[in-house]
Amino acid sequence: MNRLALYVPLVLFAVLSLFLLKGLDRDPTELPSALVGEAFPSFTLPSLANEQQFLSQRDLGTRVVLVNVWATWCFACRIEHPMLNQLAAQGVAIIGLNYKDQSQKAQQWLEQKGNPYQFNIVDAQGTLGFDLGVTGAPETYLVDAQGIIRYRRVGVVDQRIWDNEIRDLYQQLMAEVE
Amino acid sequence: MPALLLKVFLLLTLSLLSAGQFSERSVAWASTEVVQFSDPLLRDRYYQLVQELRCPKCQNQNLADSNAPISTDMKAQIQTMLEARQSDDQIKDYLVSRYSEFVLYRPEVNTNTWFLWFAPLCFVLFGAIIVWRYGFSGGRAESDAKINTTELTDKQQQQLSELLGEEDK
Repeated sequence: MNRLALYVPLVLFAVLSLFLLKGLDRDPTELPSALVGEAFPSFTLPSLANEQQFLSQRDLGTRVVLVNVWATWCFACRIEHPMLNQLAAQGVAIIGLNYKDQSQKAQQWLEQKGNPYQFNIVDAQGTLGFDLGVTGAPETYLVDAQGIIRYRRVGVVDQRIWDNEIRDLYQQLMAEVE
Repeated sequence: MPALLLKVFLLLTLSLLSAGQFSERSVAWASTEVVQFSDPLLRDRYYQLVQELRCPKCQNQNLADSNAPISTDMKAQIQTMLEARQSDDQIKDYLVSRYSEFVLYRPEVNTNTWFLWFAPLCFVLFGAIIVWRYGFSGGRAESDAKINTTELTDKQQQQLSELLGEEDK
């Protein structure tokens, strides 16, 4: 038998090892997003500040915005909130999607913790959340001036995530607008 | 010996295939909530779908097993769409467009998944070729014949008896 053929199992083992090694680094909770590259879904939902007033996707405007999915029942949102305040202070346009929440509690939350949102969409039934592919709160979407979703973050946006994943893309999108 | 190998190989293949069949048929319907449908056929399709679709929040659970709010929403959506007489494919497409292909426990065959679908078949074929090549035709008869007809030269015979003789002492 060809001596080289004896190395076949070793090579197969090496390939398998590399494959599994690569798998170790991957976060299984990180899902591919179906909506990155797609238009922000259309919706007609009330505003948190005034439930008589209805908002739609046109209210996102022709600018770069962060859409942040949050709720008062969501513990991680509490951790995320100061970061959102900080980003808003830096001039980032943030729009809130108050997800399956009670509006009264949400308003109290904003009074107590500060309001980083330009406005809030009330999604009490989670219908817009469903169209966005939201699996829980918090989640954050970066939407460009054409209303196309460019990035999705499942989980808290903190300084590290902002620096490593969002800021460059955000600045690039802002530069495209100007 | 090679015939035995082949038998073991076939047996393993068959048992793996039948195990797949068995587990599919024997899954218990874990969802306990009662879902009302206008047509019993819809109910069957509903259970089929919630078995086959995966909860995007709680990993490694299907919708039937999951109590996460998102899978409750998804189940409600499936029910609504079934009552609206949408096809299974329409329902799946609707969910995939929002929650990505992750939700399909039985992924579509496309460029991303062909390896997943066809690799097992390739491995089985590869194994079968190996067994056939080295254990079946290449052959017992031939190699046995070789052994039987191998004759030692006088010198080799002498060496052999020397070696055997040494061991006897």
